[in-house]
Amino acid sequence: METLTTTIQSVPLNHYILLSAIIFSIGVIGVLIRRNAIVIFMSVELMLNAVNLLLTAFSVYRGDASGQVFVFFIMALAAAEVAVGLAIIVMIYRNTNSIDINVLNRLKW
Amino acid sequence: MNTFYFIAFLSIFFAILVISAKNPVHSILYLVLTFFTFTIHYILLNAQFLAIVNFIVYMGAILVLFLYTLMLMNLNRDSEPVKSNLIKIAAVIGGGCFLVTIVASLKALGASQPVVLQNPNLGLVKNLGKVLFSEYLLPFEISSILLLSATVGAVLLATKESNKQTA
Repeated sequence: METLTTTIQSVPLNHYILLSAIIFSIGVIGVLIRRNAIVIFMSVELMLNAVNLLLTAFSVYRGDASGQVFVFFIMALAAAEVAVGLAIIVMIYRNTNSIDINVLNRLKW
Repeated sequence: MNTFYFIAFLSIFFAILVISAKNPVHSILYLVLTFFTFTIHYILLNAQFLAIVNFIVYMGAILVLFLYTLMLMNLNRDSEPVKSNLIKIAAVIGGGCFLVTIVASLKALGASQPVVLQNPNLGLVKNLGKVLFSEYLLPFEISSILLLSATVGAVLLATKESNKQTA
């Protein structure tokens, strides 16, 4: 454990923010460029995880355990979101026989 | 210090592969690898509880759920819908602008302090359990209701409405 804690001693907080921002942007781009509903969901998971990592880094930086408890709640929320979302996708697939989100453009405009 | 940069590079690399893989099953497998690198990040930050929860809940439960759904639908490369190149370029530019905004605001802050772990048992299960069950007891119970309602809702949405014709 001592070697692990000395490993992070020299990483600046900015680099954690930078890493999370890059992963979050990749998630945003993934939502925009894909049309498969499941891959869009996976991009949302990527964004959630980027935020989780950043919260953990802040929590360690401030020496406050609340941040890590918050990450735990976000994980519970992500599990609920995935359960409901995948149920909706299964229902859409059953009705339209595809998971292309452009089929569902009736709510547009 | 070098470990962090190597793992960070792997995270970004696999995240790009997730959104660029043509086959959705490959996307999910790359997402598993991305989350594994996130678990290593948590271990490097000495957040052992979160590392274990990330490993079990995300990689074990959520991604297997994704994989099962995808395999139930029997999709492959041929049925994969593709967007036009113009939309792709516009999306990459949009995401890039977002990234540039964040990086620019970060630069305005100036140099930052290194992340130093003052309390070595901050992220251990014992410490987090004490905080969770004293300060955050009410949110914890409410999140259990959220999970229950999500489960009921998922079952309600996913069941076939076969008794509608008979009734």
